[in-house]
Amino acid sequence: MSDSTAIAHSPHDAPEHGHEEHPAYLRHHFENVEQQADAAGFAMWLFLLTEVMFFGGLFTAYLIYRNWYYPAFVAASHQLDIFWGTLNTLLLISSSFTMAMGVWCAETRKKQGLVLCLVLTFILGIGFLGIKTIEYKEKIEKHHVPGFHYSLNSFLNPDTDEAAVKAGDKPLPLDMARHTEVYFSLYFAMTGMHALHMIIGIAILGFMIFRAQAGAYTAGHVTFVENFGLYWHFVDIVWIFLFPLLYLISRHANT
Amino acid sequence: MTDQKEMEESQHHVVSPVIYLIVFGALLVFTALTVGASYVEMGIFNPIAAILIACIKAVIVVLFFMHVKYSSKLTKLTVIAGIFTFVTLISMTLADYISRAWGRW
Repeated sequence: MSDSTAIAHSPHDAPEHGHEEHPAYLRHHFENVEQQADAAGFAMWLFLLTEVMFFGGLFTAYLIYRNWYYPAFVAASHQLDIFWGTLNTLLLISSSFTMAMGVWCAETRKKQGLVLCLVLTFILGIGFLGIKTIEYKEKIEKHHVPGFHYSLNSFLNPDTDEAAVKAGDKPLPLDMARHTEVYFSLYFAMTGMHALHMIIGIAILGFMIFRAQAGAYTAGHVTFVENFGLYWHFVDIVWIFLFPLLYLISRHANT
Repeated sequence: MTDQKEMEESQHHVVSPVIYLIVFGALLVFTALTVGASYVEMGIFNPIAAILIACIKAVIVVLFFMHVKYSSKLTKLTVIAGIFTFVTLISMTLADYISRAWGRW
């Protein structure tokens, strides 16, 4: 068994192949390290474009429904807390900065710096999800999660709802109030998909922290850190658009 | 000959931390700006300002944090093609919904 494996692999180890000195991480189907890095970067961008189209569909749905059920979307968006939204934006922008610094540390072969940057990014990402949990919990308590237990109370009797009073909401007619559920469906779909991307990113970060401690990314081969950085910044960009669309643009719409 | 030229062209560019710090500062300023603008009554310009600021922030992140400014022409073309396709799709969809009941309002 072990013999046959050795035979199967022997052509790769044969001396005629090693006509040129090259780093161990250069795959044999690439001409050189540059070409390999370019190919990996190109592939990562193609993946991100599919992600753009995916989130783009959600954004388009949001824009169309906001135009159709405008009063419902305005009243429903008043239920979100700008304080938490802004804090989360700051956390995510900071995590993008620490990630960018991590890529720089990997490129300049600073192992301790890279580990520190990855750990900071990890913590900021967890912090973002923690705040999202606080916001989701409030939505669950107020029965603003679409489904059988959805409550129209905040929109039919706005004077009983603190957030609605603060925004100066007037009662919506029943048929319009029902459409607030569409807003919250899109809210949970968009922030939920964004949070899922964060969770996947944080899991990969955890893996990278161990690999970085072993010195895997500070020996010249930085493709993995670089491409993960692209992913993390993309998730940041999605939030950069989610934040104004969900939290900010309807602040004044009914005064 | 061409190999050499290509290699020089795609020479890996390390972006300095100073630029990252400036970008980080700019992103914080734009975040403060967009939150502040949402408290000012501007009517139709409230969403326009918010989306404009978001676009500026996204472009800064793509150019500097994601290194596109220093990337190969292939990467630049890929990014531009993606944005173009997305804008085309979203504007065609919205044009359909806007014009569907044309003249019947």
